Amino acid sequence: MVSTGCVIKDPGNSKKNKTGSWRTFKPVLDKEKCIGCDKCVMFCPDAAINKDHDINYDYCKGCGICSAECPVKAIEMIKE
Amino acid sequence: MKLPEEELLSSGHRGCAGCGASIGVRLALKALGRNTVAISATGCLEVMTTPYPETSWEIPWIHVAFENAGAVASGVESALRIQGKDDVNVVAFGGDGGTVDIGLQSLSGAMERGHNLIYICYDNEAYMNTGIQRSGATPFGASTTTSPQGKNSFGEDQHKKDMPMIMAAHGIPYVATASISYPQDFMKKVKKAAEIDGPAYIHLNQPCTTGWGYDSSKTIELGKLAVETGAWILYEIENGEFNLTHNLRKRKPVTDYLGAQKRFKHLQDKEKEEIQKYIDAQCAKVGIE
Repeated sequence: MVSTGCVIKDPGNSKKNKTGSWRTFKPVLDKEKCIGCDKCVMFCPDAAINKDHDINYDYCKGCGICSAECPVKAIEMIKE
Repeated sequence: MKLPEEELLSSGHRGCAGCGASIGVRLALKALGRNTVAISATGCLEVMTTPYPETSWEIPWIHVAFENAGAVASGVESALRIQGKDDVNVVAFGGDGGTVDIGLQSLSGAMERGHNLIYICYDNEAYMNTGIQRSGATPFGASTTTSPQGKNSFGEDQHKKDMPMIMAAHGIPYVATASISYPQDFMKKVKKAAEIDGPAYIHLNQPCTTGWGYDSSKTIELGKLAVETGAWILYEIENGEFNLTHNLRKRKPVTDYLGAQKRFKHLQDKEKEEIQKYIDAQCAKVGIE
């Protein structure tokens, strides 16, 4: 059923679409090396890294930006 | 600026892996906060964030046609103002096609009438959503599906339209260029745009893995290269006063930037030299060596 005016009344409901299934390489963070600069949080296109630097694999598409931008190379991309 | 935690552009959107537009919008919304209404022209952003009946937006958001994001943003701003809701940010997002080509007339009107709104052009330098057709913002030499390189063509034969300066010519209080690769600078500009009373325009350079042809992990690196080579100049114009916001001491040769992208791979020395000359002239105009 299409709603009047195609209004979507459930903000942020795209979260039900788990884009993690797109991934071929998985970023794995070594928290020992992490200096907490938040670059990975800032640059993640999918808002898949939270303030504690936990990576949400439900949504991570495996683009590799976090790994490329990490100044201390604490994120490794591993083939799934 | 400390990065606000709240995510106003949710996960689950259909942007490509490594999408620059979603990084830009996430950062812009973090700077603006929840008390914001957003308007999107047709384009990548609209298609990827709202496959009906899903949406990634956590704030009120309207999709409008390519042509009228400026007009609809004007209407939203006027309606809020007449209700006394002066504290709500109104922000319109248009791609380069929706801004420098199709939406230019309604945007020009919105700016000229002095509406208190922010317009952010997320510029990936072609119509990426429909299959990489050239736009007025496509740079010289880029191969797109409507300016393909081949035996008789080196790709796009026009230089990029100078959209921020067209906006500045409207005499609006705030115009800025930005890059997703310089997030602090970008968010500072968005905040400033929100605080200013009147129209503000921010032109955001945003690399596109699909259309530019580079590995998805290099989105931020490409944005940095654009700035470091002078291909994209970061500045702001506040009440008519021009200021560079990124001090470029030594420019890298533009070949560093061109060579990293498939859309420029075919270029011969002649075209590369012409691009370098053009960038040199653009930089000289604003006092970059």
